[in-house]
Amino acid sequence: MLYREAGDFKTTYGEDGQTFPIRFDRMGYYVTLAVAFGVVPLVINDYWANAVFVPFLIYAIAAIGLNILVGYAGQVSLGTGGFMAVGAYAVYKLMTSFPDVPVLIHVLLAGGVTALVGVLFGLPSLRIKGFYLAVATLAAQFFLVWLFNKVPWFYNYSASGQITVPQSKMLGFYVTGAQTSASAKYLFSLVILVLLAIVARNLTRGAAGRKWMAIRDMDIAAEIIGVNPLKAKLSAFAVSSFFIGVAGALFFAVYLGAAEVTEAFSIQKSFLVLFMVIIGGLGSIFGSFAGAAFLVLLPVFLKNVLVGQLGWPTDLAAHLELMIVGALIVTFLIAEPHGMAQLWRLAKEKLRLWPFPH
Amino acid sequence: MKMKFVSLVVAGMVAAAPAMAELVIPNLSYRTGPYAPGGIPYADGFNDYFTLLNARDGGIGGEMVSVPECETAYNTEKGVECYEATKGSGALVYNPLSTGITYQLIPKANADKIPIYTPGYGRTSAANGKVFEWVFNYPANYWDGASVAIKYLLDQNGGSLEGKKIALIYHNSAYGKEPIRTLQDLGTKHGFTLTELPVDAPGQEQKSQWLQIRRDKPDYVLMWGWGVMNAVAVQEAANIKFPMENFIGVWWSGSENDVVPAGDGANGYKSLAMHGTGMDYPLYADLKTHVYDAGKASGNGDQIGSVLYSRGVYAAMVIAEAARKAQELAGTSAINAVQMRDGLEALEITEARMTELGLPNFGQPFAASCEDHGGPGAGMLQQWDATAKQWTLITGFIAPDQAVLDPLIAADSEAFAAEAGITPRCN
Repeated sequence: MLYREAGDFKTTYGEDGQTFPIRFDRMGYYVTLAVAFGVVPLVINDYWANAVFVPFLIYAIAAIGLNILVGYAGQVSLGTGGFMAVGAYAVYKLMTSFPDVPVLIHVLLAGGVTALVGVLFGLPSLRIKGFYLAVATLAAQFFLVWLFNKVPWFYNYSASGQITVPQSKMLGFYVTGAQTSASAKYLFSLVILVLLAIVARNLTRGAAGRKWMAIRDMDIAAEIIGVNPLKAKLSAFAVSSFFIGVAGALFFAVYLGAAEVTEAFSIQKSFLVLFMVIIGGLGSIFGSFAGAAFLVLLPVFLKNVLVGQLGWPTDLAAHLELMIVGALIVTFLIAEPHGMAQLWRLAKEKLRLWPFPH
Repeated sequence: MKMKFVSLVVAGMVAAAPAMAELVIPNLSYRTGPYAPGGIPYADGFNDYFTLLNARDGGIGGEMVSVPECETAYNTEKGVECYEATKGSGALVYNPLSTGITYQLIPKANADKIPIYTPGYGRTSAANGKVFEWVFNYPANYWDGASVAIKYLLDQNGGSLEGKKIALIYHNSAYGKEPIRTLQDLGTKHGFTLTELPVDAPGQEQKSQWLQIRRDKPDYVLMWGWGVMNAVAVQEAANIKFPMENFIGVWWSGSENDVVPAGDGANGYKSLAMHGTGMDYPLYADLKTHVYDAGKASGNGDQIGSVLYSRGVYAAMVIAEAARKAQELAGTSAINAVQMRDGLEALEITEARMTELGLPNFGQPFAASCEDHGGPGAGMLQQWDATAKQWTLITGFIAPDQAVLDPLIAADSEAFAAEAGITPRCN
């Protein structure tokens, strides 16, 4: 009744090709943006920012990045943690070397550096596929973490190998360092996420995305119809790594403030982001958001229920939390192997017919 | 019903503020993950001491102490979540028992004006109170530990380590890397060669490192390990028949959990100690009456009297004394975090006071000041007796080599001051 195309007439090609062709979707999108930019920053406090919103926004960027590579281009990667580390160390080196440049530029440059590294480690994808490629990217994960731990230049020769973010301001507000307010952290991450999500959405429904999907579905067929596998695969690695690098830079500079490569960017991070993509839905931008929300919010929510409300011992709650999250992932994937995005798609199909199904 | 539950949860996430008339001292503990063998006894000791103060004395200065526990799993992201979740409740001081989390909290402590107390861990150069206004790490830090170990070895070798080979096997993280610079400087001063052997977290895999030790045959092996890494290292050392009396761990590598799994092979292993251990202190009689027998013991109650349990008790004792000092200075019993910092800075622990508390000769006496947040830094050595299954102290307190440490601390804290834009105080 509410959710339908009927009666929504498009008179220009621009209108016809927009991201959300259904009015109800579009309204929902604008309302979400309005709430995210207009309401949340006014009510957010340190706890909500640091425990919920900022990690969610940053993981969403990483998940979109990985989704481009795995979901759209079909190249399996287990190197996400390593690429996030590249972004983090790049932004650290840039911020300490050029303290006067605004941090937004450093974050984007860090993404650029990661894109270069991603292309480098994407080269094997021209020869190998599937599990073999996963192993090659796994090597990237271990090599990069080892590198940042081993070479003191990356952590400016500090005694402990920890990197700590310097304070920096943009438009008169602190955006990194301990003085940063909750809303500044949130808005800074949100602006970058929204920009990157729009870029990702438009890339994936344009020529580039179609080439990636052609390669994913059958690389030989794609080559025959004129898709250059070298360009398609390497551009997927570059774009994906750019997103992941930006996520890593924000993860270190805005969220954690201090990081240690073995702890913050270990193999667990690679798996976490991959789970987000799989649970959210491969080849879907919405799925990246849903997966990130699921895996960031659920543990915090469970902890607050089990310890905060029920008053259980912290260790029991921590163990149960692992079991509940694990069980939910398994049940969820059995019930809907294509992830949350598919559930959303089905819900929309049903909504179109509601209240008069055939 | 569902709405009610959701709103309850949301209310809990937002506030969870206890009655304001309490002294809130959060316990960021870890009872899960690869570091749980160290985290559990420490958290139990920490909780039990405050339970005792509440049950026996009615808290500190008439104020009940509340110790909300939050599980970090030694993970920095969860550490941030725990910090943010508890800081709004009027938290007085943080003791996260993790060097990684400490590094993260140091800038936040300056901004939020909540002190951090890191006995024997954390950022070593926080000993310089001129730069680190909100961080305290007395009575001893990693660099003190490294120097004490070398001094002990000097003593064993008639005052000279010329031409000796010393290997450092360390947890490849901020924590494990801390002593390297000090040991390098000490190596130049005393003429020993240092081999660095990193072990990646969590530390179950050490075969290649011990193979290298078997090949190089170093005279001594020092260890900066934590969690499962310790037990594995002791087992590996026993496997290659390395003389255990030449194997010395830092105070975080010297608990019962680290040596018991290796059985008789661990006999003779040494570690540093910054406080006494065991249940021969009068305090335990009170703990038994008011806490254990009353069924209020934290956790399973199976860690009582162990090394790390004692360290938890020690940390809690220092914090409680600092709170008392803060109440005295502020003239009110309901202190806030800023007054707590003043208490930590004016704290003096004397031998007489420790005896009064039922812990005679438990730790070293020290007095903090505006410049000195690090304490004297002395440490003892203890040795494991596998037949009696107990640690025996084999030396008294050994003072570290301040001539080597002071310039290092000055350099590192100045680097932090420059990075964070801090003007040194106490002038």
